[in-house]
Amino acid sequence: MTTIDNGVNVQALLDAREVLKGAPEAAQFTWRASAKWENGVHSTTRIQNFFGLGQEHSHKSEAVFTADHPEVFAAEDNGITPIEYLLVGLASCLTAGVASVAQNRGIQLRSVESTVEGNHDIRGILGADSDVRNGFNDIKVTFTIDADASKEDIEALVAQSQKRSAVFDALTNPTNVSVEVA
Amino acid sequence: MLERGEVANSWRRERWDSLRLLTPNWQSRLPGHRYEGPDPDGYMTMGEVIEFIERFATVTRAPVRTSTNVTSVRRTDDGYRVTTSCGEIRCRAVVIASGACNRPAVPQFTAAVPASVVQLTPFDYRGPSWLPDGGVLVVGASATGVQLAAELKRSGRPVILSVGEHVRLPRLYRGRDVLWWMDASGVWDQRHDEVDDLTRARRLPSPQLVGTPERRTLDLNALATMGVELVGRWAAVRDGSALFSGGLRNVFSLADLKMRRLLDTFDEWARAHGRDAEVDPPERFAPTQVPESARWQLDLRSGEIRTIVWATGYRPDYGWLDVPVVDTKGQLRHEGGVVDSPGLYALGLPVLRRRKSTFIHGIEDDAREVIDHLTRYLALS
Ligand SMILES: Cc1cc2nc3c(=O)[nH]c(=O)nc-3n(C[C@H](O)[C@H](O)[C@H](O)COP(=O)(O)OP(=O)(O)OC[C@H]3O[C@@H](n4cnc5c(N)ncnc54)[C@H](O)[C@@H]3O)c2cc1C
Repeated sequence: MTTIDNGVNVQALLDAREVLKGAPEAAQFTWRASAKWENGVHSTTRIQNFFGLGQEHSHKSEAVFTADHPEVFAAEDNGITPIEYLLVGLASCLTAGVASVAQNRGIQLRSVESTVEGNHDIRGILGADSDVRNGFNDIKVTFTIDADASKEDIEALVAQSQKRSAVFDALTNPTNVSVEVA
Repeated sequence: MLERGEVANSWRRERWDSLRLLTPNWQSRLPGHRYEGPDPDGYMTMGEVIEFIERFATVTRAPVRTSTNVTSVRRTDDGYRVTTSCGEIRCRAVVIASGACNRPAVPQFTAAVPASVVQLTPFDYRGPSWLPDGGVLVVGASATGVQLAAELKRSGRPVILSVGEHVRLPRLYRGRDVLWWMDASGVWDQRHDEVDDLTRARRLPSPQLVGTPERRTLDLNALATMGVELVGRWAAVRDGSALFSGGLRNVFSLADLKMRRLLDTFDEWARAHGRDAEVDPPERFAPTQVPESARWQLDLRSGEIRTIVWATGYRPDYGWLDVPVVDTKGQLRHEGGVVDSPGLYALGLPVLRRRKSTFIHGIEDDAREVIDHLTRYLALS
């Protein structure tokens, strides 16, 4: 049997799981982003540092994200809308999960593609109808996966990936959010 | 043997009126003692379970001291000091057989539920007539939750069932009780040291099964057909509203996939052991129907729901055990019933030594092996 390689170091993750079982303090991470208003609804958000395993860490390089609204919202469209960033988070988190679970289950992946669609009734954010919520009404993710595995095993990969996904959880379950003025 | 109540106390005091075992009669076995009635494929009522266990106690002349509550167990130099409501006992070894389900486990946010809503656990619940009229929210879709949701729906109440991860099973598979398959194929004999993730196996929720004379399946499709509304796992209370997870579809997928894999295991076993002829052909069941749009929010002050039934599992109570062998989650630390303190043993816990340890009939093999260890310990110490 050839060893499979999806490029995920599953052993390191399994080792970390064992270590953190006995050290819950080290498992506490804080992820941070800093945003700055540019003009209109255009803003720039930068991410570089985070805290975890008891200390500060820095990404190899700073990442910069531009957000704006499209021209149909009478804006300049300097970047994607904030709610689209949620789709980026969900798609990348589920994809990472599929790769990790596949590695752990000994399934060689050849390609993993997905499309994510979030249905959004914008009457909510416009205040046009108070019965309409601001956020997505629903989100649909469709995976197309080519791998050395049965259809059933692939479905199980995708299900397990959702079960362990941070962003799937953050979107499907409520989170306390406190916004303050410094 | 010290018992705070009477013989078969948990079955007398901690179960609802309509409950029957979900394990078939022929499977209710205690060492040297089995069901001998006319309906081996039926399921015992609580009265029958109590009688069955009482008869076992009488026949084996079990030295039970009833109405003897153990309030403390402490280590001494040469064993244990057991304090009870009827005095103190010193002994070299103790077997903890106090059960895995002493208390209902409920989530923390019960305190945030408006006072206008009545909250019940399975320990308070006797039957539908004890509830106020009006809607009921049943939380948890394992054996207890699906059984209570069905019974409450039949009583004419609107019922919403909040569904987290669950174990789906058909009552009958290829013409046989699904638990016959668990038994015959050896799944239930899988030992604790062969199970992939033992912590997970021990925390596995009970299967969606009910024991009825009609031997019917009580999965989520059956409940939806009855008119029970399915919502996601209850995640939080905010401003008097219950918020449910939007991940319902995935808990359905996980349960459907796991059931299919288990049925594959049964089919492979039947083929490999030449048993195909004595059972019906393999069958597959429709996936769990995903509701058109499941609600993720329910206003608890609107009066739509008058009662919440927490069917969110049970936990053991070791408040009386003054030996440091309980982990941060409240579970006993043990290796196949050998507790992490010399001369201390446990029996009757989920997947103690085998998958079947969770059930009544699992005790025979477990007790033999644990008592074997105990006698060796006494001989050597
Ligand atoms: C709702 C429900 C349904 C179930 N259905 C089935 C089923 O259909 N089939 C099946 O095989 N299994 C079923 N089980 C599991 C079954 O209950 C256990 O397998 C079995 O009861 C274990 O027996 P036990 O004697 O170890 O524990 P228990 O039956 O819990 O007995 C423990 C005893 O210890 C006593 N006790 C506890 N603490 C103290 C103390 N401090 N001092 C003195 N006495 C104490 C209690 O009063 C009790 O009598 C079910 C469990 C529940 C909760």
